[in-house]
Amino acid sequence: MVPRTAGPRVRVEEALAIMTTTTRPHPTEAGKHTGAEPRRRTTVKSPYPYWFYLPAALVYGTLFLVPTFASFYFSLTRWTLFDHEFIGLDNFRQFFDEPALVKGFTNTIVYAVVTSGLKVVLGLLLAVLLTSRIPARGYLRSVVFFPVLVSTIGVGITFTVLMNPEHGLINQSLGVLGVDGPGWLTDPKWALLSVALVDVWKGVGLATLIYIAGIVSIPQEYFEAASVDGASAFGRFRHIVLPLARPATVTVIILSLIGGLRSFDLIWAMTRGGPGFTSDVIASVIYKQYQAGFYGLSTAGNVVLFLVVTAVIVPLFWFLNRKEVEQ
Amino acid sequence: MRRHLTGLAAILVSGVVFVVPFAFIAVNALKDRQQSALPDFSWPAHFRLVDNFVEVVKARDYMLIIAFINSTILTVASVTGMVVLAAMVAFVLQRRASRWNGVINFLVLSGLIIPPAVVPTIWVLQRLGLFKTMPGLILIEIAFGLSFSILLFRAFISTIPRELDEAAVLDGAGPLRLFFRVVLPLLRPVAITVVVVQSVAVFNDFTNPLYFLPGDQNATVQLTLYNFSSQFTTQYNLLFMDVLLITVPPLLMFMFFNRQIVAGMTSGAIKG
Repeated sequence: MVPRTAGPRVRVEEALAIMTTTTRPHPTEAGKHTGAEPRRRTTVKSPYPYWFYLPAALVYGTLFLVPTFASFYFSLTRWTLFDHEFIGLDNFRQFFDEPALVKGFTNTIVYAVVTSGLKVVLGLLLAVLLTSRIPARGYLRSVVFFPVLVSTIGVGITFTVLMNPEHGLINQSLGVLGVDGPGWLTDPKWALLSVALVDVWKGVGLATLIYIAGIVSIPQEYFEAASVDGASAFGRFRHIVLPLARPATVTVIILSLIGGLRSFDLIWAMTRGGPGFTSDVIASVIYKQYQAGFYGLSTAGNVVLFLVVTAVIVPLFWFLNRKEVEQ
Repeated sequence: MRRHLTGLAAILVSGVVFVVPFAFIAVNALKDRQQSALPDFSWPAHFRLVDNFVEVVKARDYMLIIAFINSTILTVASVTGMVVLAAMVAFVLQRRASRWNGVINFLVLSGLIIPPAVVPTIWVLQRLGLFKTMPGLILIEIAFGLSFSILLFRAFISTIPRELDEAAVLDGAGPLRLFFRVVLPLLRPVAITVVVVQSVAVFNDFTNPLYFLPGDQNATVQLTLYNFSSQFTTQYNLLFMDVLLITVPPLLMFMFFNRQIVAGMTSGAIKG
């Protein structure tokens, strides 16, 4: 094994030597002078051949691009996988006529905005806390981040038990404090919000981590200058951390919006869209219609989700990046 | 003094918010069936660690073992595929300026943003004879994971000096040799990041196996969580033992590769 790896290693070292020796002329430039080289160079193939794209393009093309394009056509059909009948915009009409499906549409937006907003605010606050000099910082960072890596279904099932209106730990604890907790997952007014809160619980660690990376990369001189000028802690936050952690904010907003708009597994694990269809989102509607065998309608749901995601993310992406350039 | 008070408060609050749910899982995984019928935060009357473990493993003809094997195959194969394919794309994309670059960058970003179309994907898989097969699901995971991996690799490759490639080419290395013998070994740090982040993602994936690989024989670990609840009763002690067991692999990843996970997940934070 050793002799095998030794080959390239040696070459790498040679390459590094070439890079660092200034006396030796650059290999390609040397070629230009000798005159014999250019002719050879035209026949030599690029060391970066296009066919390197091929395996990835094949997998990505057949399993992602083809279905995405096909979805636009099949959303206009009544479809059984073997047979399809063109019915125009009927699926979309049905999608926006049935209250259950419209609810899924509005819930998707609400869910994405709520989770994204809370992750930005809580993630920023936690990051400021966890970059300040407090004891047990490493422990706190780990504890906040760990839920990100845990199975979403496991988290969903656990919180379904914790949020049980009578026997759940949350309402029992609130009862001890004299508060009458709501039926988190059984009350139609609360169900979607409860799932969103669990989503934030699970995902805030990632937002915090991104903000920590952003804050740590701010040059220390700014803080020193601010304290010389006698800026308060809030002033430092408002005028240094907030503007300079902007790329982190952009990342957190975009990532959590993308995740929130297409989220399915947590909602499925906790409420299955219930009670009734009050916590359905587009992704769970897609699954339900698929299970019911309405493939055309399910695909129309996919197209709607595609349009929602692009309508939200593309302008936002453009807006957030443009502002950054202006600064 | 004030700093210590804030720290203490933070430890207390984080304990209640983040540690209690996990302690709740652990405590209830140890109880006997009767005591866990209404799961609460009480101490187990009888410790049933071994009994519950054995029962979870044995449930439905050792489904958990099969599921762990399936999940391992899925994770190892798809992450290997992602690493090799994404590194190849990222390498050429970063090194060779051409009119294709704009299109490819656009496709990579699309892969991050656009939600996959479910039924049309099933239709394609069925046409290829890959629906409800493990290779089909592996290819799906590769296709959906490529974009993120390419972005991580491309950022890292831009820090590797081009002169290195030129030296290897002068030594007579062809593209394959250059990539696999010279460049790929240098990508080790970022490859570890990609492997760790993507294996946690694939291992925890619920939606894609649900759609593209249904059936008990094909279950992945995430689907075993539904073994212990029927319409009428749920065996919470076994359910929580199962949650505990499938949390072990991500926990190990977290303990050994914390730094790489952080590197991968914050890659967008500074450059934007």
